[in-house]
Amino acid sequence: MKLPLAMTTDETIIEMAAIRKVYDTGKIKVEALRGIDLDISKGEFVAIVGPSGSGKSTLMNLIGCLDTPTSGTYRLTGQLVAGMNKDALATVRNRRVGFIFQNFNLLPQISAYENVEMPMLFGGVPRRERRRRIEELMERVGLADRMEHKPTELSGGQMQRVAVARALAMDPDILLADEPTGNLDTSSGGDIMGLFQDLWEQGGTMLVITHDAALARRAARQVEIQDGLITRDTGRPEAGSTAPG
Amino acid sequence: MARPRFLVFQLFFRSSRVQKKRAFLTIAAIAWGTLALILLLAFGEGLGLSLGKAWAGMGTDIAVIWPGETTVPWKGLPAGRAIRPRIDDIRTIRERVPGLVGVSGEIIRWGTNFTHGDKTVNAPVKGVGTIWGQLRNQIPSPGGRFLNPLDDAQRRRVVFLGTDLAKDLFGDEDPIGGSILIDKVPYTVVGVLIEKMMFGNYSGMDANHAIIPIRTLYAQYGSDRLSVLVLKPEHRDGMKAALAGVAQVLSAKYGFDPGDERVLGTWDTVESGKIRDNFMLGIKLFLSIIGVLTLTVGGIGVANIMYAVVKERTREIGVKMALGARSHWVTGPIVLEGLTYTLLGGVAGLLVATILVYLLSLIPTGDNMALKALGKPTLSPAIAATAAGVLGIIGLLAGYFPARRAASVDPAETLRYE
Repeated sequence: MKLPLAMTTDETIIEMAAIRKVYDTGKIKVEALRGIDLDISKGEFVAIVGPSGSGKSTLMNLIGCLDTPTSGTYRLTGQLVAGMNKDALATVRNRRVGFIFQNFNLLPQISAYENVEMPMLFGGVPRRERRRRIEELMERVGLADRMEHKPTELSGGQMQRVAVARALAMDPDILLADEPTGNLDTSSGGDIMGLFQDLWEQGGTMLVITHDAALARRAARQVEIQDGLITRDTGRPEAGSTAPG
Repeated sequence: MARPRFLVFQLFFRSSRVQKKRAFLTIAAIAWGTLALILLLAFGEGLGLSLGKAWAGMGTDIAVIWPGETTVPWKGLPAGRAIRPRIDDIRTIRERVPGLVGVSGEIIRWGTNFTHGDKTVNAPVKGVGTIWGQLRNQIPSPGGRFLNPLDDAQRRRVVFLGTDLAKDLFGDEDPIGGSILIDKVPYTVVGVLIEKMMFGNYSGMDANHAIIPIRTLYAQYGSDRLSVLVLKPEHRDGMKAALAGVAQVLSAKYGFDPGDERVLGTWDTVESGKIRDNFMLGIKLFLSIIGVLTLTVGGIGVANIMYAVVKERTREIGVKMALGARSHWVTGPIVLEGLTYTLLGGVAGLLVATILVYLLSLIPTGDNMALKALGKPTLSPAIAATAAGVLGIIGLLAGYFPARRAASVDPAETLRYE
């Protein structure tokens, strides 16, 4: 059962205005983003699409507070991100954002359980609460019987599901997934997208970066980036869309 | 939400492990450095103790005064007069100079014949006051005693023999209670000096001479002119005043300028002890520097491995940062890891050093003077504290710099690509 867009509320999670990002490597300056305006509300399922080099990874880093913009204003759940120090940014990442990466980025030496626990350690969640939550999350991603397995003992799809559980551990305001199915076979990729769909239907805010058009179509809103500019936004037709989603 | 208090430790235990071989080599390097540092310090300590004992062999905080000649005219008296205090001047000094543990005269007669049975040995004999034994650390070996005040008052013909002289005269026989002839006059042996190390001396080693009461010597040879005066102040800081007091008393009696330094040649062991202490300190510092440098090489090894670790774990660090780790949660475990290797190596080095020091202490020195002077390498709490402190500092530094590099990891950069 789907509740498309019906879940969207007026509560804005992401507010980006005139965001520019310039990489200064000394000799050459690369303008990765050239003025991005993007608002994402709670409960939206947004896909950011674009060819490689378009600036979508840079955008993801900025949204995820892994990096700060050169200019422009960015509010995450109303909080101005500019001017925060490294530790404050770390806290924002911990509380507000759940990351899912193409290559999973699980820590190989510790168990699935401990991987999911990691953000809660940083967040200062008490031990008993951590255990309760990990069990609940692993159940939710269908890996309740794999908690003590090391990532190397899991399949790609299972690893990505552990990563999803980890991303959800601190109950973030938004899930950021960067090519989440890029390293998975079609079937596992489909499972992951199904999982995203479920999470969204349960009220989660999802942002998926992909160059897979089929994947992007599963999102309610598609934002297309080219050369550091938004060229199409099905959620914001006025932002220069050429075709309806 | 309360932060787990031991988060850094939890993270440390969840970090990926370094290769065992590399960790082992690093720990071995630290162990080697620690071993070198501790052994050098232990040798320094042993040397210091043995030298200290040897220097104390002559007496601690004493001064030795040789009466000489005047070099400046004084109250109408010309320069070049010999000043020769007598036995009775000792009593005057004792009465007029405050703050003395004791003062004793000493008359030395060289080339005296000692006879026991059919054996005759040529050695110096010294007539001394009873307090001399205390000033000059004359400890009798079991069964005997040093001279006492009655010996002196009654001019008893009793003798206290140096260790070697006793051996020369008596061989394996027990000398105590035995009798000898000193220049054909019979004496009873009341004591023999224990075997001792002695570095300083002004008239031969104590082991090679015989001690008799000063008045007995006067009675036998008819001279009461002192060869040497020995004194000890109650506190080492009182030495200068005591020496000035003695000069004052003797100058009043014999007429010389108390400022004329050539009249009373003085060996102030407090003063020379300071030089000696500085010298020992220099040696110990030198040994420590060599040890610390060796240990530093080990520390560089740890820093090296930790840099490699940071490089290998760049992605791990980036992931943790993305998940919300603050800088010190990234740096803490790395510092802890560097410190762990250093301390593991340190403990191993300390264990080996302790065993080696124990084994070295089992080697008999025998009569080898060089080995005796070198002393036994000795471990002390100070050495352990020094080693621990140096290890701690090196361990922290070896972890700190690699950790700083870890903190500068850009998560966006590391997570972007495979």
